[in-house]
Amino acid sequence: MRQNGFLLALPTIAWLVVFFVLPLVIVLVVSFMSRGRGGVAELPFTPAHYERAFGIFSIILWRSIGLAGLTTVVCLVVGYPLAFFISTRRRRLVQQIALFLVILPFWTNFLIRTYAWRILLGEQGTINGLLLSLGMIDEPLTMLNTQFAVLVGLVYGFLPFMVLPIYASVERFNFRYVDAANDLGANDVRTFMRVVLPLTLPGVLAGCALVFIPSVGAFVTPDLLGGTKGLMIGNLINNQFGGSGNMPLGSALSIVMMAVVMLSLLVYVFANRRDAGA
Amino acid sequence: MRQSLINEGAMGRNLVIRRLGGIGLWLNPLFAYFFLWAPILILVLFSFNNSRSVASFTGFTLTWYSNILNNMMGAESAFSTEIMLNAFRNSLFVGTVATAISTVLGTMIALAMARGRFRGKPLLDGLLFLPVVIPEITQAISLAIFFKVVFDWVALMSGERIFPGFHTIIAAHVTFNISYVAIVVRARLADMDPQLEEAANDLGANPWQAFWRVTFPLILPGVISGALLAFTLSLDDFVITFFTSGVGTSTLPVFVYGLLKLTVTPEVNAISTIMMVLSTILIGISLAIQGRTASRA
Repeated sequence: MRQNGFLLALPTIAWLVVFFVLPLVIVLVVSFMSRGRGGVAELPFTPAHYERAFGIFSIILWRSIGLAGLTTVVCLVVGYPLAFFISTRRRRLVQQIALFLVILPFWTNFLIRTYAWRILLGEQGTINGLLLSLGMIDEPLTMLNTQFAVLVGLVYGFLPFMVLPIYASVERFNFRYVDAANDLGANDVRTFMRVVLPLTLPGVLAGCALVFIPSVGAFVTPDLLGGTKGLMIGNLINNQFGGSGNMPLGSALSIVMMAVVMLSLLVYVFANRRDAGA
Repeated sequence: MRQSLINEGAMGRNLVIRRLGGIGLWLNPLFAYFFLWAPILILVLFSFNNSRSVASFTGFTLTWYSNILNNMMGAESAFSTEIMLNAFRNSLFVGTVATAISTVLGTMIALAMARGRFRGKPLLDGLLFLPVVIPEITQAISLAIFFKVVFDWVALMSGERIFPGFHTIIAAHVTFNISYVAIVVRARLADMDPQLEEAANDLGANPWQAFWRVTFPLILPGVISGALLAFTLSLDDFVITFFTSGVGTSTLPVFVYGLLKLTVTPEVNAISTIMMVLSTILIGISLAIQGRTASRA
Protein backbone atom coordinates (compact mmCIF):
# COMPACT_ATOMS: atom_id res chain seq x y z
CA MET A 1 0.00 0.00 0.00
CA ARG A 2 2.78 2.37 0.94
CA GLN A 3 4.81 1.81 -2.18
CA ASN A 4 2.15 2.29 -4.77
CA GLY A 5 -1.44 2.70 -3.69
CA PHE A 6 -2.81 2.59 -7.20
CA LEU A 7 -4.47 -0.78 -6.56
CA LEU A 8 -6.34 0.83 -3.68
CA ALA A 9 -7.67 3.53 -6.00
CA LEU A 10 -8.55 1.11 -8.79
CA PRO A 11 -12.07 -0.01 -7.71
CA THR A 12 -13.23 3.59 -7.26
CA ILE A 13 -11.66 4.68 -10.54
CA ALA A 14 -13.36 1.76 -12.29
CA TRP A 15 -16.72 2.74 -10.75
CA LEU A 16 -16.39 6.37 -11.81
CA VAL A 17 -15.28 5.43 -15.30
CA VAL A 18 -18.27 3.10 -15.77
CA PHE A 19 -20.96 5.25 -14.13
CA PHE A 20 -19.67 8.74 -14.77
CA VAL A 21 -17.24 9.02 -17.67
CA LEU A 22 -18.81 6.39 -19.92
CA PRO A 23 -22.36 7.84 -19.61
CA LEU A 24 -21.01 11.30 -20.54
CA VAL A 25 -19.24 9.83 -23.58
CA ILE A 26 -22.48 8.10 -24.59
CA VAL A 27 -24.37 11.40 -24.27
CA LEU A 28 -21.78 13.06 -26.49
CA VAL A 29 -22.15 10.32 -29.13
CA VAL A 30 -25.98 10.28 -28.93
CA SER A 31 -26.08 14.06 -29.31
CA PHE A 32 -24.73 13.66 -32.86
CA MET A 33 -27.18 10.90 -33.84
CA SER A 34 -30.55 11.18 -35.57
CA ARG A 35 -33.91 10.98 -33.89
CA GLY A 36 -35.56 7.62 -34.43
CA ARG A 37 -39.01 6.32 -33.57
CA GLY A 38 -40.19 7.13 -30.05
CA GLY A 39 -37.43 9.71 -29.64
CA VAL A 40 -34.53 7.25 -29.40
CA ALA A 41 -31.19 7.68 -31.15
CA GLU A 42 -30.26 6.06 -34.45
CA LEU A 43 -27.74 6.47 -37.25
CA PRO A 44 -26.66 8.39 -39.30
CA PHE A 45 -24.69 11.06 -37.48
CA THR A 46 -25.89 14.63 -37.83
CA PRO A 47 -25.12 18.03 -36.32
CA ALA A 48 -28.82 19.00 -36.62
CA HIS A 49 -29.52 19.03 -32.87
CA TYR A 50 -26.72 21.48 -32.18
CA GLU A 51 -28.06 23.70 -34.95
CA ARG A 52 -31.43 23.70 -33.19
CA ALA A 53 -29.83 24.24 -29.78
CA PHE A 54 -28.13 27.39 -31.02
CA GLY A 55 -31.01 28.23 -33.36
CA ILE A 56 -34.60 28.19 -32.14
CA PHE A 57 -33.61 27.19 -28.62
CA SER A 58 -30.97 29.88 -28.18
CA ILE A 59 -33.63 32.12 -26.58
CA ILE A 60 -34.01 29.61 -23.74
CA LEU A 61 -30.26 29.13 -23.52
CA TRP A 62 -29.73 32.87 -23.11
CA ARG A 63 -32.63 33.11 -20.68
CA SER A 64 -31.00 30.42 -18.52
CA ILE A 65 -27.63 32.18 -18.57
CA GLY A 66 -29.32 35.54 -17.90
CA LEU A 67 -31.38 34.25 -15.00
CA ALA A 68 -28.37 32.48 -13.51
CA GLY A 69 -26.29 35.65 -13.85
CA LEU A 70 -29.00 37.78 -12.26
CA THR A 71 -29.36 35.22 -9.45
CA THR A 72 -25.62 35.48 -8.83
CA VAL A 73 -25.72 39.28 -8.71
CA VAL A 74 -28.70 39.37 -6.33
CA CYS A 75 -27.12 36.72 -4.07
CA LEU A 76 -23.89 38.77 -4.01
CA VAL A 77 -25.67 42.03 -3.16
CA VAL A 78 -27.67 40.37 -0.37
CA GLY A 79 -25.04 37.88 0.74
CA TYR A 80 -21.91 40.03 0.96
CA PRO A 81 -23.18 42.45 3.64
CA LEU A 82 -24.86 39.53 5.40
CA ALA A 83 -21.56 37.66 5.64
CA PHE A 84 -20.01 40.83 7.12
CA PHE A 85 -22.87 41.18 9.57
CA ILE A 86 -22.39 37.61 10.79
CA SER A 87 -18.63 37.72 11.17
CA THR A 88 -18.56 41.11 12.89
CA ARG A 89 -20.81 40.03 15.81
CA ARG A 90 -18.65 40.48 18.87
CA ARG A 91 -19.93 37.57 20.93
CA ARG A 92 -19.04 34.15 19.62
CA LEU A 93 -22.46 32.72 20.49
CA VAL A 94 -24.35 35.45 18.61
CA GLN A 95 -22.11 34.86 15.62
CA GLN A 96 -22.81 31.15 15.67
CA ILE A 97 -26.56 31.71 15.95
CA ALA A 98 -26.48 34.22 13.08
CA LEU A 99 -24.65 31.68 10.92
CA PHE A 100 -26.91 28.85 12.04
CA LEU A 101 -29.99 30.85 11.00
CA VAL A 102 -28.61 31.00 7.46
CA ILE A 103 -27.81 27.28 7.30
CA LEU A 104 -30.90 25.88 9.03
CA PRO A 105 -33.44 26.59 6.24
CA PHE A 106 -30.99 24.76 4.02
CA TRP A 107 -31.64 21.50 5.83
CA THR A 108 -35.12 21.39 4.39
CA ASN A 109 -35.53 19.44 1.19
CA PHE A 110 -34.98 21.64 -1.88
CA LEU A 111 -38.36 20.63 -3.34
CA ILE A 112 -40.20 21.78 -0.25
CA ARG A 113 -38.29 25.05 0.00
CA THR A 114 -39.20 25.77 -3.60
CA TYR A 115 -42.81 24.70 -3.12
CA ALA A 116 -43.14 27.19 -0.25
CA TRP A 117 -42.87 29.98 -2.82
CA ARG A 118 -45.91 28.61 -4.64
CA ILE A 119 -47.90 29.32 -1.48
CA LEU A 120 -46.52 32.85 -1.27
CA LEU A 121 -46.59 33.88 -4.94
CA GLY A 122 -49.79 32.23 -6.16
CA GLU A 123 -52.79 34.10 -7.58
CA GLN A 124 -54.66 33.25 -4.36
CA GLY A 125 -51.44 33.11 -2.39
CA THR A 126 -50.33 34.73 0.83
CA ILE A 127 -48.72 37.84 -0.67
CA ASN A 128 -51.74 38.62 -2.87
CA GLY A 129 -54.06 37.90 0.08
CA LEU A 130 -52.14 40.32 2.27
CA LEU A 131 -51.92 43.09 -0.31
CA LEU A 132 -55.64 42.76 -1.18
CA SER A 133 -56.74 42.88 2.44
CA LEU A 134 -54.56 45.95 3.02
CA GLY A 135 -56.17 47.56 -0.01
CA MET A 136 -52.83 48.14 -1.70
CA ILE A 137 -53.95 46.36 -4.88
CA ASP A 138 -57.40 45.85 -6.41
CA GLU A 139 -56.78 42.60 -8.19
CA PRO A 140 -54.21 39.87 -7.61
CA LEU A 141 -50.76 40.30 -9.14
CA THR A 142 -49.46 37.58 -11.44
CA MET A 143 -46.22 36.46 -9.85
CA LEU A 144 -46.24 32.68 -10.11
CA ASN A 145 -45.23 31.10 -13.43
CA THR A 146 -43.07 34.05 -14.42
CA GLN A 147 -39.33 34.60 -14.72
CA PHE A 148 -39.57 36.72 -11.60
CA ALA A 149 -40.77 33.69 -9.63
CA VAL A 150 -37.85 31.63 -10.98
CA LEU A 151 -35.40 34.36 -9.97
CA VAL A 152 -36.81 34.52 -6.44
CA GLY A 153 -36.74 30.72 -6.17
CA LEU A 154 -33.14 30.48 -7.39
CA VAL A 155 -31.92 33.24 -5.05
CA TYR A 156 -33.74 31.53 -2.18
CA GLY A 157 -32.28 28.14 -3.07
CA PHE A 158 -28.67 29.20 -3.47
CA LEU A 159 -28.14 32.25 -1.20
CA PRO A 160 -26.29 30.22 1.49
CA PHE A 161 -23.80 29.08 -1.21
CA MET A 162 -22.83 32.75 -1.54
CA VAL A 163 -22.85 33.63 2.17
CA LEU A 164 -20.71 30.75 3.45
CA PRO A 165 -17.54 31.19 1.34
CA ILE A 166 -17.65 34.99 1.79
CA TYR A 167 -18.09 34.47 5.54
CA ALA A 168 -14.98 32.24 5.50
CA SER A 169 -13.03 35.03 3.73
CA VAL A 170 -14.23 37.77 6.07
CA GLU A 171 -13.33 35.60 9.06
CA ARG A 172 -9.71 35.70 7.92
CA PHE A 173 -9.82 39.42 7.17
CA ASN A 174 -7.87 41.58 9.58
CA PHE A 175 -9.95 44.69 10.34
CA ARG A 176 -6.84 46.64 11.34
CA TYR A 177 -6.21 47.11 7.62
CA VAL A 178 -9.32 49.29 7.55
CA ASP A 179 -7.94 51.50 10.34
CA ALA A 180 -4.61 51.64 8.55
CA ALA A 181 -6.27 52.72 5.29
CA ASN A 182 -8.29 55.37 7.12
CA ASP A 183 -5.20 56.67 8.91
CA LEU A 184 -3.46 56.95 5.57
CA GLY A 185 -6.30 59.18 4.36
CA ALA A 186 -8.47 56.80 2.34
CA ASN A 187 -12.19 57.44 2.52
CA ASP A 188 -14.74 54.66 3.05
CA VAL A 189 -15.37 53.96 -0.62
CA ARG A 190 -11.68 53.87 -1.40
CA THR A 191 -10.93 51.68 1.61
CA PHE A 192 -13.60 49.24 0.51
CA MET A 193 -12.49 49.10 -3.12
CA ARG A 194 -8.75 48.98 -2.42
CA VAL A 195 -8.54 47.00 0.81
CA VAL A 196 -11.69 45.15 1.86
CA LEU A 197 -12.90 43.89 -1.50
CA PRO A 198 -9.54 42.57 -2.80
CA LEU A 199 -8.90 40.70 0.43
CA THR A 200 -12.32 39.04 0.44
CA LEU A 201 -12.31 38.39 -3.31
CA PRO A 202 -11.53 34.64 -3.06
CA GLY A 203 -14.76 34.14 -1.11
CA VAL A 204 -16.70 36.28 -3.58
CA LEU A 205 -15.38 34.32 -6.56
CA ALA A 206 -16.09 30.96 -4.94
CA GLY A 207 -19.58 32.12 -3.97
CA CYS A 208 -20.33 33.32 -7.51
CA ALA A 209 -19.23 29.99 -9.00
CA LEU A 210 -21.23 28.01 -6.42
CA VAL A 211 -24.39 30.03 -7.20
CA PHE A 212 -24.04 30.41 -10.96
CA ILE A 213 -23.35 26.77 -11.84
CA PRO A 214 -26.37 25.12 -10.19
CA SER A 215 -28.57 28.05 -11.33
CA VAL A 216 -27.71 27.51 -15.00
CA GLY A 217 -28.58 23.84 -14.67
CA ALA A 218 -31.67 24.37 -12.52
CA PHE A 219 -34.57 22.08 -13.21
CA VAL A 220 -36.75 21.92 -10.08
CA THR A 221 -37.06 25.70 -9.54
CA PRO A 222 -38.27 26.63 -13.05
CA ASP A 223 -40.39 23.48 -13.11
CA LEU A 224 -42.30 24.37 -9.94
CA LEU A 225 -42.30 28.17 -10.23
CA GLY A 226 -41.65 29.15 -13.84
CA GLY A 227 -44.48 27.72 -15.92
CA THR A 228 -43.96 28.14 -19.67
CA LYS A 229 -42.75 31.74 -19.34
CA GLY A 230 -39.93 30.78 -17.01
CA LEU A 231 -38.82 27.68 -18.91
CA MET A 232 -35.07 27.07 -18.58
CA ILE A 233 -32.67 24.78 -20.40
CA GLY A 234 -32.98 22.15 -17.64
CA ASN A 235 -36.71 21.82 -18.32
CA LEU A 236 -36.11 21.70 -22.04
CA ILE A 237 -33.71 18.79 -21.52
CA ASN A 238 -36.23 17.06 -19.24
CA ASN A 239 -38.97 17.43 -21.87
CA GLN A 240 -36.87 15.47 -24.38
CA PHE A 241 -37.11 12.35 -22.25
CA GLY A 242 -40.87 11.92 -22.14
CA GLY A 243 -43.21 10.19 -24.56
CA SER A 244 -42.90 12.69 -27.42
CA GLY A 245 -39.26 13.34 -26.64
CA ASN A 246 -36.09 13.53 -28.64
CA MET A 247 -33.16 11.88 -26.88
CA PRO A 248 -30.43 13.14 -29.25
CA LEU A 249 -31.72 16.72 -28.92
CA GLY A 250 -31.83 16.36 -25.12
CA SER A 251 -28.26 15.07 -25.21
CA ALA A 252 -27.08 17.94 -27.40
CA LEU A 253 -28.73 20.46 -25.06
CA SER A 254 -27.05 18.95 -22.01
CA ILE A 255 -23.67 18.98 -23.75
CA VAL A 256 -24.23 22.69 -24.45
CA MET A 257 -25.16 23.21 -20.80
CA MET A 258 -22.03 21.40 -19.70
CA ALA A 259 -19.95 23.59 -21.99
CA VAL A 260 -21.43 26.68 -20.29
CA VAL A 261 -20.60 25.22 -16.87
CA MET A 262 -17.05 24.33 -17.90
CA LEU A 263 -16.56 27.82 -19.34
CA SER A 264 -17.72 29.45 -16.12
CA LEU A 265 -15.41 27.15 -14.14
CA LEU A 266 -12.53 28.22 -16.36
CA VAL A 267 -13.40 31.87 -15.73
CA TYR A 268 -13.43 31.11 -11.99
CA VAL A 269 -10.06 29.35 -12.04
CA PHE A 270 -8.53 32.09 -14.19
CA ALA A 271 -9.88 34.90 -11.98
CA ASN A 272 -8.72 33.10 -8.86
CA ARG A 273 -5.24 32.61 -10.24
CA ARG A 274 -4.98 36.24 -11.31
CA ASP A 275 -6.18 37.28 -7.87
CA ALA A 276 -3.62 35.05 -6.17
CA GLY A 277 -0.86 36.35 -8.44
CA ALA A 278 -1.66 40.01 -7.86
CA MET B 1 -10.17 79.03 1.56
CA ARG B 2 -11.21 77.22 -1.57
CA GLN B 3 -9.15 74.24 -0.60
CA SER B 4 -10.91 73.81 2.74
CA LEU B 5 -14.35 74.14 1.13
CA ILE B 6 -13.59 71.24 -1.18
CA ASN B 7 -12.38 69.21 1.75
CA GLU B 8 -15.52 69.96 3.73
CA GLY B 9 -17.61 68.93 0.75
CA ALA B 10 -15.69 65.69 0.48
CA MET B 11 -15.99 65.06 4.21
CA GLY B 12 -19.73 65.75 4.09
CA ARG B 13 -20.09 63.32 1.25
CA ASN B 14 -18.12 60.72 3.19
CA LEU B 15 -20.37 61.19 6.17
CA VAL B 16 -23.48 60.72 4.04
CA ILE B 17 -22.01 57.55 2.55
CA ARG B 18 -21.15 56.29 6.01
CA ARG B 19 -24.65 57.03 7.34
CA LEU B 20 -26.40 55.39 4.39
CA GLY B 21 -23.99 52.48 4.54
CA GLY B 22 -24.68 52.09 8.24
CA ILE B 23 -28.44 52.00 7.67
CA GLY B 24 -27.97 49.56 4.80
CA LEU B 25 -25.81 47.30 6.91
CA TRP B 26 -28.63 47.04 9.45
CA LEU B 27 -31.46 46.69 6.95
CA ASN B 28 -29.69 44.01 4.95
CA PRO B 29 -29.58 41.27 7.61
CA LEU B 30 -33.15 42.07 8.65
CA PHE B 31 -34.32 41.62 5.09
CA ALA B 32 -32.12 38.56 4.48
CA TYR B 33 -33.27 36.68 7.57
CA PHE B 34 -36.88 37.53 6.84
CA PHE B 35 -36.42 36.31 3.26
CA LEU B 36 -34.81 33.06 4.42
CA TRP B 37 -37.35 32.25 7.10
CA ALA B 38 -40.71 33.66 6.00
CA PRO B 39 -41.48 31.01 3.35
CA ILE B 40 -40.77 28.14 5.72
CA LEU B 41 -42.76 29.68 8.58
CA ILE B 42 -45.68 30.47 6.25
CA LEU B 43 -45.65 26.88 5.00
CA VAL B 44 -45.79 25.53 8.54
CA LEU B 45 -48.44 28.06 9.56
CA PHE B 46 -50.80 27.16 6.72
CA SER B 47 -50.48 23.45 7.41
CA PHE B 48 -52.51 24.29 10.56
CA ASN B 49 -54.98 26.65 8.87
CA ASN B 50 -58.62 25.61 9.22
CA SER B 51 -59.54 26.67 5.69
CA ARG B 52 -58.10 25.42 2.41
CA SER B 53 -57.02 28.96 1.54
CA VAL B 54 -53.41 30.09 1.87
CA ALA B 55 -54.42 33.77 1.51
CA SER B 56 -55.22 34.32 5.18
CA PHE B 57 -55.00 32.41 8.42
CA THR B 58 -58.45 31.86 9.87
CA GLY B 59 -57.94 29.42 12.69
CA PHE B 60 -56.08 26.39 14.00
CA THR B 61 -56.77 22.78 13.00
CA LEU B 62 -55.04 19.42 12.82
CA THR B 63 -57.44 18.10 10.14
CA TRP B 64 -54.81 17.99 7.39
CA TYR B 65 -52.43 15.94 9.48
CA SER B 66 -55.12 13.39 10.28
CA ASN B 67 -56.15 13.36 6.61
CA ILE B 68 -52.65 12.28 5.61
CA LEU B 69 -52.75 9.33 7.97
CA ASN B 70 -56.30 8.40 6.95
CA ASN B 71 -55.79 8.28 3.21
CA MET B 72 -57.87 11.39 2.58
CA MET B 73 -56.17 13.89 0.33
CA GLY B 74 -59.05 15.85 -1.13
CA ALA B 75 -59.04 15.54 -4.90
CA GLU B 76 -55.64 13.86 -5.20
CA SER B 77 -56.00 10.25 -6.22
CA ALA B 78 -52.25 9.89 -6.58
CA PHE B 79 -51.96 9.86 -2.83
CA SER B 80 -52.32 7.04 -0.40
CA THR B 81 -50.73 6.69 3.00
CA GLU B 82 -49.47 3.27 1.91
CA ILE B 83 -47.65 4.65 -1.15
CA MET B 84 -46.09 7.41 0.96
CA LEU B 85 -44.77 4.99 3.60
CA ASN B 86 -43.53 2.70 0.87
CA ALA B 87 -41.64 5.59 -0.73
CA PHE B 88 -40.12 6.39 2.67
CA ARG B 89 -38.96 2.77 3.07
CA ASN B 90 -37.48 2.89 -0.45
CA SER B 91 -35.57 6.05 0.51
CA LEU B 92 -34.11 4.44 3.61
CA PHE B 93 -33.13 1.29 1.70
CA VAL B 94 -31.48 3.17 -1.18
CA GLY B 95 -29.78 5.57 1.25
CA THR B 96 -28.35 2.78 3.40
CA VAL B 97 -26.97 0.65 0.57
CA ALA B 98 -25.62 3.63 -1.43
CA THR B 99 -23.99 5.04 1.72
CA ALA B 100 -22.29 1.73 2.56
CA ILE B 101 -20.82 1.30 -0.94
CA SER B 102 -19.82 4.92 -1.43
CA THR B 103 -18.22 5.17 2.01
CA VAL B 104 -15.95 2.20 1.25
CA LEU B 105 -15.08 3.41 -2.27
CA GLY B 106 -14.66 7.04 -1.19
CA THR B 107 -12.42 6.15 1.75
CA MET B 108 -10.28 3.88 -0.43
CA ILE B 109 -9.62 6.56 -3.01
CA ALA B 110 -8.99 9.17 -0.30
CA LEU B 111 -6.34 6.90 1.24
CA ALA B 112 -4.79 6.18 -2.15
CA MET B 113 -4.65 9.88 -2.98
CA ALA B 114 -3.16 10.88 0.37
CA ARG B 115 -0.64 8.07 0.87
CA GLY B 116 -0.12 6.40 -2.47
CA ARG B 117 2.62 7.22 -4.94
CA PHE B 118 1.47 6.87 -8.50
CA ARG B 119 1.18 9.02 -11.56
CA GLY B 120 -1.96 10.75 -12.79
CA LYS B 121 -3.11 12.19 -9.49
CA PRO B 122 -4.13 15.57 -10.97
CA LEU B 123 -6.28 13.71 -13.48
CA LEU B 124 -7.85 11.73 -10.65
CA ASP B 125 -8.47 14.98 -8.78
CA GLY B 126 -10.44 16.21 -11.76
CA LEU B 127 -12.39 12.95 -11.96
CA LEU B 128 -13.37 13.30 -8.30
CA PHE B 129 -14.16 17.00 -8.61
CA LEU B 130 -16.38 16.81 -11.70
CA PRO B 131 -19.37 14.96 -10.21
CA VAL B 132 -19.61 17.71 -7.57
CA VAL B 133 -19.73 20.63 -10.02
CA ILE B 134 -21.58 19.15 -12.96
CA PRO B 135 -25.31 20.12 -13.01
CA GLU B 136 -27.51 17.39 -11.59
CA ILE B 137 -29.69 17.25 -14.68
CA THR B 138 -26.69 16.45 -16.90
CA GLN B 139 -25.62 13.61 -14.64
CA ALA B 140 -29.22 12.40 -14.42
CA ILE B 141 -29.88 12.18 -18.13
CA SER B 142 -26.45 10.75 -18.90
CA LEU B 143 -27.15 7.92 -16.47
CA ALA B 144 -30.67 7.45 -17.86
CA ILE B 145 -29.31 7.14 -21.41
CA PHE B 146 -26.46 4.92 -20.22
CA PHE B 147 -28.81 2.47 -18.49
CA LYS B 148 -31.11 2.45 -21.49
CA VAL B 149 -28.25 1.69 -23.89
CA VAL B 150 -26.85 -1.05 -21.63
CA PHE B 151 -30.24 -2.67 -21.00
CA ASP B 152 -31.12 -2.58 -24.72
CA TRP B 153 -27.82 -4.20 -25.50
CA VAL B 154 -28.34 -6.92 -22.85
CA ALA B 155 -31.83 -7.59 -24.24
CA LEU B 156 -30.37 -7.90 -27.72
CA MET B 157 -27.64 -10.30 -26.62
CA SER B 158 -29.50 -12.50 -24.16
CA GLY B 159 -33.15 -11.77 -24.83
CA GLU B 160 -33.63 -10.84 -21.20
CA ARG B 161 -35.05 -7.42 -20.42
CA ILE B 162 -33.73 -5.53 -17.38
CA PHE B 163 -35.77 -2.63 -16.01
CA PRO B 164 -34.59 0.33 -13.98
CA GLY B 165 -35.16 -0.07 -10.25
CA PHE B 166 -33.25 -0.03 -7.00
CA HIS B 167 -30.01 -1.17 -8.68
CA THR B 168 -30.00 1.83 -11.04
CA ILE B 169 -30.88 4.33 -8.31
CA ILE B 170 -28.23 2.93 -5.99
CA ALA B 171 -25.57 2.94 -8.73
CA ALA B 172 -26.42 6.59 -9.45
CA HIS B 173 -26.36 7.62 -5.78
CA VAL B 174 -23.02 5.88 -5.16
CA THR B 175 -21.57 7.78 -8.13
CA PHE B 176 -22.41 11.23 -6.78
CA ASN B 177 -21.66 10.27 -3.17
CA ILE B 178 -18.09 8.98 -3.74
CA SER B 179 -16.67 12.46 -4.29
CA TYR B 180 -18.24 13.90 -1.14
CA VAL B 181 -16.99 11.01 1.03
CA ALA B 182 -13.52 11.33 -0.54
CA ILE B 183 -13.39 15.08 0.14
CA VAL B 184 -14.34 14.69 3.81
CA VAL B 185 -11.98 11.76 4.47
CA ARG B 186 -9.10 13.48 2.67
CA ALA B 187 -9.54 16.54 4.87
CA ARG B 188 -9.22 14.27 7.91
CA LEU B 189 -6.17 12.51 6.46
CA ALA B 190 -4.51 15.84 5.79
CA ASP B 191 -4.73 16.63 9.52
CA MET B 192 -3.17 13.29 10.43
CA ASP B 193 0.54 12.84 10.99
CA PRO B 194 1.86 10.22 8.50
CA GLN B 195 4.71 9.49 10.88
CA LEU B 196 2.29 7.60 13.10
CA GLU B 197 1.93 4.97 10.38
CA GLU B 198 5.67 4.91 9.81
CA ALA B 199 6.14 4.34 13.54
CA ALA B 200 3.71 1.40 13.41
CA ASN B 201 5.66 -0.03 10.47
CA ASP B 202 8.96 0.42 12.26
CA LEU B 203 7.55 -1.38 15.27
CA GLY B 204 6.88 -4.39 13.06
CA ALA B 205 3.26 -3.98 12.03
CA ASN B 206 2.47 -5.09 8.53
CA PRO B 207 0.57 -2.57 6.35
CA TRP B 208 -2.73 -4.33 7.10
CA GLN B 209 -2.20 -4.11 10.88
CA ALA B 210 -0.91 -0.55 10.63
CA PHE B 211 -4.04 0.45 8.79
CA TRP B 212 -6.58 -1.16 11.12
CA ARG B 213 -4.78 -0.36 14.38
CA VAL B 214 -3.47 3.14 13.63
CA THR B 215 -4.82 4.83 10.51
CA PHE B 216 -8.41 3.67 10.61
CA PRO B 217 -9.20 4.67 14.22
CA LEU B 218 -7.70 8.10 13.52
CA ILE B 219 -9.67 8.76 10.34
CA LEU B 220 -12.88 7.18 11.69
CA PRO B 221 -14.52 10.53 12.55
CA GLY B 222 -13.91 11.63 8.96
CA VAL B 223 -15.33 8.38 7.62
CA ILE B 224 -18.43 8.76 9.81
CA SER B 225 -18.92 12.38 8.71
CA GLY B 226 -18.53 11.31 5.10
CA ALA B 227 -21.06 8.50 5.53
CA LEU B 228 -23.58 10.81 7.20
CA LEU B 229 -23.15 13.36 4.42
CA ALA B 230 -23.65 10.63 1.82
CA PHE B 231 -26.78 9.37 3.59
CA THR B 232 -28.23 12.88 3.79
CA LEU B 233 -27.50 13.60 0.11
CA SER B 234 -29.01 10.27 -0.83
CA LEU B 235 -32.22 10.86 1.14
CA ASP B 236 -32.49 14.38 -0.25
CA ASP B 237 -31.79 13.71 -3.91
CA PHE B 238 -34.61 14.24 -6.35
CA VAL B 239 -33.35 14.99 -9.87
CA ILE B 240 -30.99 12.03 -10.34
CA THR B 241 -33.40 9.60 -8.66
CA PHE B 242 -36.26 10.88 -10.81
CA PHE B 243 -34.40 9.89 -13.98
CA THR B 244 -33.07 6.54 -12.78
CA SER B 245 -36.01 5.07 -10.82
CA GLY B 246 -38.41 2.52 -12.18
CA VAL B 247 -41.98 1.52 -11.42
CA GLY B 248 -42.61 1.03 -7.71
CA THR B 249 -39.15 2.18 -6.62
CA SER B 250 -39.90 5.90 -6.14
CA THR B 251 -38.15 7.43 -3.18
CA LEU B 252 -39.78 9.96 -0.86
CA PRO B 253 -38.59 13.07 -2.77
CA VAL B 254 -39.89 11.61 -6.06
CA PHE B 255 -43.24 10.88 -4.41
CA VAL B 256 -43.41 14.35 -2.84
CA TYR B 257 -42.55 15.96 -6.19
CA GLY B 258 -45.60 14.26 -7.71
CA LEU B 259 -47.77 15.95 -5.08
CA LEU B 260 -46.07 19.37 -5.16
CA LYS B 261 -46.48 19.61 -8.93
CA LEU B 262 -50.26 19.32 -8.76
CA THR B 263 -51.60 22.15 -6.63
CA VAL B 264 -51.16 23.86 -3.31
CA THR B 265 -53.22 21.91 -0.77
CA PRO B 266 -53.13 22.00 3.01
CA GLU B 267 -52.34 18.28 3.10
CA VAL B 268 -49.22 18.85 1.00
CA ASN B 269 -48.28 21.65 3.41
CA ALA B 270 -48.69 19.20 6.29
CA ILE B 271 -46.53 16.53 4.60
CA SER B 272 -43.88 19.17 3.87
CA THR B 273 -43.92 20.24 7.51
CA ILE B 274 -43.48 16.66 8.69
CA MET B 275 -40.57 16.16 6.27
CA MET B 276 -38.92 19.38 7.47
CA VAL B 277 -39.18 18.29 11.09
CA LEU B 278 -37.84 14.82 10.23
CA SER B 279 -34.83 16.11 8.28
CA THR B 280 -34.02 18.66 10.99
CA ILE B 281 -34.05 15.91 13.62
CA LEU B 282 -31.94 13.65 11.39
CA ILE B 283 -29.30 16.31 10.78
CA GLY B 284 -29.38 17.29 14.45
CA ILE B 285 -28.62 13.69 15.42
CA SER B 286 -25.84 13.39 12.86
CA LEU B 287 -24.24 16.64 14.07
CA ALA B 288 -24.43 15.35 17.65
CA ILE B 289 -22.71 12.10 16.63
CA GLN B 290 -20.03 14.03 14.75
CA GLY B 291 -19.48 16.34 17.69
CA ARG B 292 -19.03 13.37 19.97
CA THR B 293 -16.63 11.45 17.70
CA ALA B 294 -14.67 14.63 17.05
CA SER B 295 -14.23 15.37 20.74
CA ARG B 296 -13.20 11.77 21.44
CA ALA B 297 -10.53 11.70 18.77
